[in-house]
Amino acid sequence: MEARGATSRDFAGVPAWVLGAVPLALIAAAIGLFALLGGPGLGERTGPPVEELAVERTVLRPGEIELTIRNDGPDAVEIAQVTVNEAFVPFEAEVNEVGRLATTTLTIPYPWIDGEAYGVGIFTSTGGTAEHEIPVAVETPSADLDFYGLMALLGIYVGVIPVSLGMLWLPFVRRIGAEWLQALIAFTVGLLAFLAVDAGLEGLEIAEAGPGAFGGTALVYLGALLAYLALAGVDAGLSRRRERISRASGAAAGPYLAVLVAIGIGLHNFGEGVAIGSSYAVGALALGTFLVVGFAIHNTTEGLAIVAPLASSRPALRRLVGLGLIAGAPVILGAWIGAAAFNPSAAAFLFGIGVGAIAQVIVQLAPVMRDAGGRLLHPKAVGGLLAGIAVIYLTGLLVAG
Amino acid sequence: MLSKKLTRRGLIASGAAAPALAALHEAVPHQGVHRAFGSEQHAAANAQSGHFGHSGTGMAIHDGFGEASVDHGANGFNPTDVLRDFDYGRTSKLPGGRTLREWTVVAQDKEIEVAPGITYPAWTYNGRIPGPTFRATEGDRMRIRFTNLSQHAHTIHFHGFHLDFMDGMPGIGEGRGGGAIETGETFVYEFDAEPFGVHLYHCHTMPLAEHLAKGLYGAMIIDPKEARAEADEMVMVMNGFDTNFDGENEIYAVNSIPFHYVEEPIRVKRGELARIYLVNLLEFDQINSFHVHANFFDYYPTGTRLEPADFTDTVIQGQGQRGIVELRFPFAGRFMFHAHKTEFAELGWLGFFEVEE
Repeated sequence: MEARGATSRDFAGVPAWVLGAVPLALIAAAIGLFALLGGPGLGERTGPPVEELAVERTVLRPGEIELTIRNDGPDAVEIAQVTVNEAFVPFEAEVNEVGRLATTTLTIPYPWIDGEAYGVGIFTSTGGTAEHEIPVAVETPSADLDFYGLMALLGIYVGVIPVSLGMLWLPFVRRIGAEWLQALIAFTVGLLAFLAVDAGLEGLEIAEAGPGAFGGTALVYLGALLAYLALAGVDAGLSRRRERISRASGAAAGPYLAVLVAIGIGLHNFGEGVAIGSSYAVGALALGTFLVVGFAIHNTTEGLAIVAPLASSRPALRRLVGLGLIAGAPVILGAWIGAAAFNPSAAAFLFGIGVGAIAQVIVQLAPVMRDAGGRLLHPKAVGGLLAGIAVIYLTGLLVAG
Repeated sequence: MLSKKLTRRGLIASGAAAPALAALHEAVPHQGVHRAFGSEQHAAANAQSGHFGHSGTGMAIHDGFGEASVDHGANGFNPTDVLRDFDYGRTSKLPGGRTLREWTVVAQDKEIEVAPGITYPAWTYNGRIPGPTFRATEGDRMRIRFTNLSQHAHTIHFHGFHLDFMDGMPGIGEGRGGGAIETGETFVYEFDAEPFGVHLYHCHTMPLAEHLAKGLYGAMIIDPKEARAEADEMVMVMNGFDTNFDGENEIYAVNSIPFHYVEEPIRVKRGELARIYLVNLLEFDQINSFHVHANFFDYYPTGTRLEPADFTDTVIQGQGQRGIVELRFPFAGRFMFHAHKTEFAELGWLGFFEVEE
């Protein structure tokens, strides 16, 4: 106590922010001096520069291949030559010397043929090569109004309409008894759990393929953690207000849970949109009736999941439309981003956010599954969980690509 | 649920230390590396291909690496000079009247710019790849004083007749000074020039593939006692470089620099006899080939007979095989020669003869 008192006296006249800023300034000065002196005592670096390049984006135009390349390694990389299918080709680089984490664009005039595969080799000044495969050459759709319109239409077909149709089960949900409703909530949880796993795996796959400098697969986990904590925080903040409303209106937490489910499904559908858009952009997606029908059936079950918590409330139509849009419309946004500005790191992060959000929704829904005795995994709930997983898996087969 | 197959691979196998040459920076940006090659493989794809054989329009038919070029000065050798550079050595007479030819060879580690902007940590004989083209006449005595200034043990293994400790074979003849020549050591290889023909020499230290791929090889020509007909003579060593050390070549060439003879076509006289000493020293790929456009040639395998074995426009050589190509160009103009393996050609093993009146 003696010492603490003395300290307080010593700095009594100094504002707290100064005490906070002084160490920061000293740290900055020390780092600056260290850098200025070139790391005294550390000597020269040993070994060759570490060179890593990742191709983030491929754009194919008639007679031209354009690659966006990110320097994924710790050292600057100088791009010296380019080959296509093991032949040196002319190219123009936006910048040849690519700094750490910087990007450059290579424009390669090349008479590529529709539907054929190409291997692009990027040579650095040390003779190292980065290889990039174009599995199927297809002209990249130009991001004009027609294209955005097409993606929006696709989003409405596979997102908004099916989810809204699924919500038409609301009257049915109101009629069934409490036990069957618990089963239905369990069905929703099962469905969401499947979507979370699926989004997680998808995110990891994309992250592994993309550059590692921004964290690679860690981005998926970070996204999940961030989304979970953010939603948990929002939930804690809202719960007091919700309790007040509940007491006043006598309604249960149903509408609130429905919103959470809609958000979780919306984030999942955003990821679905990214996948659709980026596949479309690389020509890997055949836009057929079958695909749209498959997605429609698949996403209809999501509508049922949204209305399940609404059994005991009477939401306005406006509110139901809102829920449908929250869950379905992100497909459109995802498709736009996926097709026009696909970035593996950002996509992996977004998939992670979807996982975290869904996990938080499951945590919110789980108590509603409980039966009169307070048991979570009663037979009807287990049946519902399994049914939810089975249905989303089987309908997913319709669109498996 | 949509599985998206985007194959991305961001792998770089990095080489050994490669301090950037100042010249690197001049090499970029570059354009028109490889315009309208129109190879068999891509002929259909190259809608805008130019025609072959037209010259003097100011438009290169094949640009090689375009405006970019390697820094021959920094490399210490220019393939245009290597082509007609025959090293007869210092000559003197032995007591019996025979001719003694002496050379000095130094092995040294050296950064070589093997394509515009790409450096390779090479091992060289006398600072160049291929090493000097030794030339003697059948029956001469050849004496090569070899000093190893490289950081690694090396040898010179000559194809020809010689004693076992002269074989440049590690583990054989160390007691008599031969075998592996360690850093800083010197050894004198000595043997009779026979048989006549075109031969080769290379390092024979283990791991053998690496010691060859790094650049320790060259051609050796033994002329028959009765000289061959007067001709415009050239040496072409077919080789390549594995710049990323993956056990495959990224670059193919004759006399080391890809597309060099596109940049500087080989000037020959119409109707004059041209003689090419062709040696295949390509590592990793077993088979190499030579093809010349709009012409046929007499081919003398290994050059050990005075009668041609074939009259053709394409020959195939395995690693270590060699032969003599004799031809006359009937027309003035620009004529391509290249490996008749398209991949090698498009990765640099490609050039032009500029036939003048």
